[in-house]
Amino acid sequence: MSQRVLMKGNEALAEAAIRAGCHHFFGYPITPQNEIVAYMSKRLPKIEGACFLQAESEIAAINMLLGASAAGARVMTSSSSPGISLKTEGISYIAGSDLPVVVVNTQRAGPGLGGIQPSQADYWQATKAPGHGDLRVLVFAPCSVQEMVDMVTTAFDMADKYRMPAIILADGMLGQMMEAVTLPEDRGRQANNKEWATNGHAGENRNIINSLYINPDELEKIIRDRFARYAEIEAKHTQHEEYALEDADIVVTAYGASARVAKAAVRDARAKGIKAGFIRPITLWPFPKEAYAKAANTARSFLCVEMSMGQMVDDVRLAISSKVPVHFYGRPGGIVPAPEEVLAEIEKIAGGMN
Amino acid sequence: MTTVFERPKSLTATPNTYCPGCTHGIIHRLVAQAIDGLDMQAKTVGVAPVGCAVFAYNFFNCDMVQAPHGRAPAVATGIKRVTPDNLVFTYQGDGDLAAIGTAETIHAAARGENITVIFVNNAIYGMTGGQMAPTTLANQVTQTSPFGRDIKSAGSPIRICEMLSTLDGVAYAERVSVDSVPNIRKAAKAICKAFEIQKAGKGFTIIELLSTCPTNWGLSPVESLDWLRENMMPYYPLGVFKDIDGGKDNG
Repeated sequence: MSQRVLMKGNEALAEAAIRAGCHHFFGYPITPQNEIVAYMSKRLPKIEGACFLQAESEIAAINMLLGASAAGARVMTSSSSPGISLKTEGISYIAGSDLPVVVVNTQRAGPGLGGIQPSQADYWQATKAPGHGDLRVLVFAPCSVQEMVDMVTTAFDMADKYRMPAIILADGMLGQMMEAVTLPEDRGRQANNKEWATNGHAGENRNIINSLYINPDELEKIIRDRFARYAEIEAKHTQHEEYALEDADIVVTAYGASARVAKAAVRDARAKGIKAGFIRPITLWPFPKEAYAKAANTARSFLCVEMSMGQMVDDVRLAISSKVPVHFYGRPGGIVPAPEEVLAEIEKIAGGMN
Repeated sequence: MTTVFERPKSLTATPNTYCPGCTHGIIHRLVAQAIDGLDMQAKTVGVAPVGCAVFAYNFFNCDMVQAPHGRAPAVATGIKRVTPDNLVFTYQGDGDLAAIGTAETIHAAARGENITVIFVNNAIYGMTGGQMAPTTLANQVTQTSPFGRDIKSAGSPIRICEMLSTLDGVAYAERVSVDSVPNIRKAAKAICKAFEIQKAGKGFTIIELLSTCPTNWGLSPVESLDWLRENMMPYYPLGVFKDIDGGKDNG
């Protein structure tokens, strides 16, 4: 029987990954994700055939994922913003080699070393350029410890199904906070029966994992095939949450930790008689464009709230073809906005509309 | 009819893409022979580098993974940790292994990662057109050291086997050469020995092979072999630098 337990986001995610059958983990220390690495270092050595390895660098860790995934294992790494920058090379090769991996980014503030407080400044990196080249990765944006748990399972299943990397785009707040969660049943190690895996074949049965195609016609075809897969994912697996949208004049939108704040502000606005609604993307790629486009038919304006100077707001404007104004409220540098700040923005917009 | 000579099973029939006179072809054959010798073709996973040997996945007739530049030891680590019973080797050039991949090389060695590194040292970047490598000799002219490698500015070339032999995780480190038949035979033995040590689970093994690059050295294949003997061998002495078994036969 599954039972509710109180757990820190990072640790709950790590336990859920193990229960999803991830028995190979390669990581490197960086705040504020260290609990994931520490948890794995405690748990995995107790499982026969499992492997925890602290790599010499973020670059080495992501390339160990490449090898482990090529050999057919469910495999994960975790890091935080500056570390993810180092992993982008490997993510590009992994995407170009059609390998499934899960990468957790417990975001902190940037650029550079930035700070160690929660941030959402890696939206562009995760959704637009997680590595060089024409590629997409699945991007999941949890907004609670329970979603950290649920999404890591989904991320593994989706990554395997579509043979591509998945990123869990969390942040320092979700990673560090404790909430009651229900953990999934332990599925045990997934059978290493991927027919494409480089785990020992000879002659014509041999497998090659590769991202190099020197003939441009061949490479174009491979990229187009990959994008056909991406289109299928967009059609089938885009997820979002909506709240109080039916008669909303102002649609507030946010993802992850700032979505909790934004939703609270929408409730407060409703209590004050302002017709506010709410959209929260659960998948950042694929982005729930249609939900926004639909809302733009009736809403008079949007307000995008982020812990950054405004990154997702670009996608919101594109999704609604700038049909109505899209306002932005953000706190960069590691500051989590308070519901009152967001409510004040909603009131300002509501005042301007009258 | 008696077969006196044939292609090793662990090599494909694909014509290789190396320049005339390049010694990569010989080294490929030696690696493939060693795999066949251990009857491990169906249990071997090779990791190709970035550089001249980037297409190695077309030539070795076993499972192959093509790694990002310099990352082959990390990729091989991932493979080996998932499938420890498989024979896992990387095939890397000097730019890949001793420049951009130095950290991955040293730490795989320090961990005693149970993999074999086939390190082809030809003192130059071949694939990109002959630039200075960490192994380029003092005063050697390359595309990016047109006046000869200036030690004051570029430092001295790195002796990888000597450096790695200081690490406890290294079970076997030997430098060989493929410039002559006797040396090729020694190279073949060295590769077999490294694979056997890996099979026995004893730790990291590296075989460094002094190799030629006639195209980028601007010499004929025969002149290149002379240049290797006259210039590379004095700076990169052949020999065993580390043997965890103290020179005992592993075979």
